Amino acid sequence: MKIAATFRKITERIARTSSFRITLLAILSAMVVGAFIIILSDIDKLQNGDIIGAIRTVGSAYWALVVGSFGSLRAISATINSATPLILCGVSVAVAFKAGLFNIGATGQMLAGGMAALWVGFSMDGPGIIQVPLAVLAGAVGGAAYGAIPGILKARTGAHEVITTIMLNNMAGFLVLWLLKTNLFQRADRTDPISKLVSAPGHLPRLFGFLSDRPDLVAHAGFVVAILAVIVYWWFLNRSTTGFEFRAFGMNADAAQYAGMHTKRLTVMAMMFAGAFAGLAGSAEVLGTYGYASQNFAGNIGFDAIAIALLGRSTPLGTLLAALLFGALQAGGRQMQANTDVPIDLIVVLRALIVMFIAAPLLIKAIWRIKVAPTSLGQTFRGWGS
Amino acid sequence: MHLELRGITKRFPGVIANDNVNLTLKTGEVLCLIGENGAGKSTLMNVLYGMYKAEEGQILLDGSPVVFTSPADAIAAGIGMVHQHFMLVPVFTVAENVVLGVEPTGRLGSLNIDKAREMVREVSDRYNLNLDPDAIIEDLPVGVQQRVEIVKVLLRDAKVVVFDEPTAVLTPKEIIEFFEIVKTLIAAGRGVVFITHKLKEALSVADRIAVLRRGQVVGEVDPKNTTESKIAEMMVGRPVQLVVDKKPHAPGEVVLDVKDLSVVDADGRTMVDSVSFSVRAGEVVGIAGVQGNGQTELVDALTGLRHSARGKVALDGLDITDASPRERHAQGIAHVPEDRQRQGLVGGLSVAENLVLTRYHDDEFSNGIVMDWPAAHRVAESLISEYDIRTPSADIEASTLSGGNQQKVIVARELSRPLRLSIAAQPTRGVDVGSIEYIHSRIIKERDTGTAVLIVSTELDEVMALSDRLLVMYRGKIVADVDPRVTSAMDVGLYMAGSRPISASNGIAS
Repeated sequence: MKIAATFRKITERIARTSSFRITLLAILSAMVVGAFIIILSDIDKLQNGDIIGAIRTVGSAYWALVVGSFGSLRAISATINSATPLILCGVSVAVAFKAGLFNIGATGQMLAGGMAALWVGFSMDGPGIIQVPLAVLAGAVGGAAYGAIPGILKARTGAHEVITTIMLNNMAGFLVLWLLKTNLFQRADRTDPISKLVSAPGHLPRLFGFLSDRPDLVAHAGFVVAILAVIVYWWFLNRSTTGFEFRAFGMNADAAQYAGMHTKRLTVMAMMFAGAFAGLAGSAEVLGTYGYASQNFAGNIGFDAIAIALLGRSTPLGTLLAALLFGALQAGGRQMQANTDVPIDLIVVLRALIVMFIAAPLLIKAIWRIKVAPTSLGQTFRGWGS
Repeated sequence: MHLELRGITKRFPGVIANDNVNLTLKTGEVLCLIGENGAGKSTLMNVLYGMYKAEEGQILLDGSPVVFTSPADAIAAGIGMVHQHFMLVPVFTVAENVVLGVEPTGRLGSLNIDKAREMVREVSDRYNLNLDPDAIIEDLPVGVQQRVEIVKVLLRDAKVVVFDEPTAVLTPKEIIEFFEIVKTLIAAGRGVVFITHKLKEALSVADRIAVLRRGQVVGEVDPKNTTESKIAEMMVGRPVQLVVDKKPHAPGEVVLDVKDLSVVDADGRTMVDSVSFSVRAGEVVGIAGVQGNGQTELVDALTGLRHSARGKVALDGLDITDASPRERHAQGIAHVPEDRQRQGLVGGLSVAENLVLTRYHDDEFSNGIVMDWPAAHRVAESLISEYDIRTPSADIEASTLSGGNQQKVIVARELSRPLRLSIAAQPTRGVDVGSIEYIHSRIIKERDTGTAVLIVSTELDEVMALSDRLLVMYRGKIVADVDPRVTSAMDVGLYMAGSRPISASNGIAS
């Protein structure tokens, strides 16, 4: 009887602190569903009734994911390279979540920050010790400035940030296209929208630069910036006075106002902080990964970041781990496509499934037949018109 | 119908909400279920109503066991519930609301509204409810809305009607009418379960009183041979001081001076209408009134959360009409807000963080950029012990505390610094008897140190007991300024309802 009582106590405790477990089970569930998708997509083998072969495909596809993301120095480098902008944009969305705002505008802020960093990157020619920090900083400032726009609109007029940031993403895209056609930015010998090259000393140094025989290891110091950003985010939330205001405001805006906090100023600041982190992601891509800017250098990163912040429940460590996972899937997915016939699009499906399972803890409970307290997604955003 | 709950046990992770509860209800009797918040009253009724499934125990109707898996089962078995928060569609008529879900329909599924009207009229006449089937819900006073809920339950043929804190939203006059309705229900052979934490009401209406404490029935008493203090002692588990123990007050200089203040809400309606009054140092001024007569807006204007349309507010002679909440805080105004969940606390933050929620920016806790959390923790720990806040630690989320302890967190935060004016709105709403006693004594202690105190409460007993001077608000105006020691609760109740006692000698003060 005593053992039973102790056991119940332990399971109850797990049930109450289960968000990490739900996350793991969500990832596992997504992999299981993904396996069925791989089998179903392997039409040829299915038609021949080669079930064993189809299962073998699943095994080799998932094995390629692991090898391609962590199996070698080259794979780790690729994972780091993919994860860098995801970490920064993830923190961008997360910090806004903490203040009760939904930043869908990481893409636009990343473009704004990237262009600012690019401008410093090709205008100067060393010394690197000054130019690189200056260009990275320009990225943060550019992103913050672009993030300030929806913040001010919300504080002044109540315009919902979901609408304004989506619109500003579109505007940023066309703004970049226009800038890339101007004499200031466009590469001299080109007619297509492609920018001048960042001067050699202005590149973010390669992480594995000390291995002179491995020029294929592309990971760059943007990763260090990203790790520092996570640490700054942690410190800001838990130690700073403004971070405390963010948390109080995000969890209960009425109480924040009652407590005398300047909620309009906090709204603007939260969007600026979010923009600064996304801007850093833009500078990491331009100064580290590409060395120039093309029209769509932000890609889908700003949107993946929303899933990352949700998966990581907007905590500093959670966001970092979620971004590393997404980065690993990205890197491993390329290997998977090369080794097997499974297309890289499966990665997109897997990510979507993970987020779907995270959003439905009761579904996880039903599938795995465990006792899980229906936890919320942590801090998300306030409703429309509030 | 004979209803019996036998050995009901309901557990939630970490708590036993109901622990082997036995209760019976006979036809034609009023059983009052009394207990503090968190004692398990609502859980027990939700088990009966099919919302929760009990781990152990049985529900027996006329001796045979039944299992309810949803409220629909309970309703079908003849159990009806009138919730504390009404489930009505504000823009529908009384008849439309009453038949919602059991609509009388014509041959092609069209709504037979005449039939619905007829049904409402019939029940209304039989139980003397005096309802107009065509009235729109949002135009009706709360007391009438409650009667609509009662009709809903009766039309679904409930043999047992459960009322969850039914008097919380009613005026004194409506409460008396409500008790009449309960008597009619009993006379018609229905059983009534009445959940409350108000001792007076339990004594006046119940045939039997069951007292719940920490999930257990600690006793059943006959209201004829018991007293309020005996029941309170059973609820809390120790003797409780029910009257506020206070010395005569010694009012000093005017601290808060409100002149001709008007407040307009977002829709342009005047919620506070040219109100003037003052509060002196060492004096408790109470504002009584039925919920929604402008008290909320008045407090918001006094604390800087809402702009006043007209008029002047002065603290110690200094004009603070346009000061921000933080400026007012710095000048020594404390504010215990009326809704602690919405305003007073951030449930997701820790107890320690909530204890500094309005003071985190003070030099003591912050240099403007970095928080000094160790300092905040030291203050939190000392407040937790000084104000007897029952919490396992200062680091757990404030939302996990009981209502009484949450309120103590707010009171501790707001009163534990030098003050000029303390504004407390509904300081003991939803707070257990033991904590009420404590919060009241803190408020009087604050008065005795020379602070001006303004209490806004819809609980007439509370404002009567605490105040040295009592104002009554009705439709945005102050309609009475009386001495609570020489005025009867009945007279104040009449002012609250917008009429004047015949013997009004105090008249309407300015």
